Amino acid sequence: MEKHITLPLTEELAKSLKAGETVYLTGTIYTSRDAGHKRMCESLAKGEPLPFDPTDATIYYVGPTPAKPGQVIGSAGPTTSGRMDAYAPTMMSVGARGMIGKGARLPEVVDAMKKYSGVYFGAIGGAGALLAKCIKKCELIAYEDLGAEALRKLYVEDMPLVVIIDSEGNNLYEEGRAAYLKKNN
Amino acid sequence: MREINVSQLTDVVEKLCIEANQHLPGDVKDAIKKCRACEDWEIAQGVLDKIITNFEIADEQCVPICQDTGMACVFLEIGQDVHFVGGDLTDAINEGVRRGYDKGYLRKSVVKDPVRRGNTGDNTPAMIYTEIVPGEEVKVTVGPKGFGSENMSAIRMFKPSAGLQGIKDFIIETVETAGPNPCPPMVVGVGIGGTFDKAALLAKKALMRPLDSKNPDPFYADLEEEMLAKINELGIGPQGFGGKTTAIGLNIETLPTHIAGMPCAININCHVTRHKSEVI
Repeated sequence: MEKHITLPLTEELAKSLKAGETVYLTGTIYTSRDAGHKRMCESLAKGEPLPFDPTDATIYYVGPTPAKPGQVIGSAGPTTSGRMDAYAPTMMSVGARGMIGKGARLPEVVDAMKKYSGVYFGAIGGAGALLAKCIKKCELIAYEDLGAEALRKLYVEDMPLVVIIDSEGNNLYEEGRAAYLKKNN
Repeated sequence: MREINVSQLTDVVEKLCIEANQHLPGDVKDAIKKCRACEDWEIAQGVLDKIITNFEIADEQCVPICQDTGMACVFLEIGQDVHFVGGDLTDAINEGVRRGYDKGYLRKSVVKDPVRRGNTGDNTPAMIYTEIVPGEEVKVTVGPKGFGSENMSAIRMFKPSAGLQGIKDFIIETVETAGPNPCPPMVVGVGIGGTFDKAALLAKKALMRPLDSKNPDPFYADLEEEMLAKINELGIGPQGFGGKTTAIGLNIETLPTHIAGMPCAININCHVTRHKSEVI
């Protein structure tokens, strides 16, 4: 099933999304990966504010290539989400509800998703040139010294994603594979 | 003896870094298209279609196929009758990487220390692998290696009694553990034999071999075919969403080893298996 959704990712919208659904996402998202998450969580531990309002926010785990002249952004596919597992529950606890990445998540992350109505979206890993086409605006907002890992605010239109884990903890990685194997055995 | 100025290597490495990151090798494209034609699971078909569109965009617009433009793995097959002049060979290669990653708008993904981190800012140093061969030419291969897949690689020092079954089980176990993380459909490079370090090198070299080639030894050629088929029965599928296409290729490279051992290394790569060569 295909859905077109517009951010912010409110609790109501998050709860309406189910694992396995293809969604085309439009709205503002923020980029962050390993080093950016580490810094944001250190800020939160010190009681300092984040560089953006995390309420109902969606974070894209990506470190893009530099933009060529005339491009909004370089190639921008997802990185492996598991490396952000140590930080994701903290980010959800302050309101960041959506995560875009690829690969498996730890049970603690899924538990936090159930608690805070989080959604984990998958973008196609290795399709950085294609995904860059959906990114219409890109603004560097913090941690410029981190280069590709700096925090960026993006505006995306119809970004093709798949709901991998929904707010009830249903997981496409488990269910998709099981359904395929059932059909073929 | 032939003299080669190291500045030639700088130019070639610069060019290969850019081209390898923008244009997927023909054998890899063909393998992906072949798998798309055989894929019978709807969500998997959709993913493979997008993967094909992606490398077509990269080709046409000369942009990186994937944002992880990798560590620059540079393989040199150096003819023993070559004499390098004009400077330090390692510096010349790193200068090529530096220029290629700058001019090609490629991502700088290297940190200067594995524990204390800190981006080097120019994607150097390259990982350089040299081999001395007969002749007076130098073959340069650049294989940018992404780490989503590198992180899912594994090595094991088997007892010889583990036999062929031990290796087969280890390949399946490694792919199973990797699951959706290395951006399947993946390419699997297997190195068997040699020493601890040589087995890992063989696995990396296996990833550089065209996917439409076979191991020249029929025993290992059959094993390549058998293991690829077994991996594609796991149902992990493209991106791990389920489906037939979990791997698009599996290459095995071997070396003699010690009477007491049977090292086996598995280097995982994604569908963006990049490499480009030039002979100087």
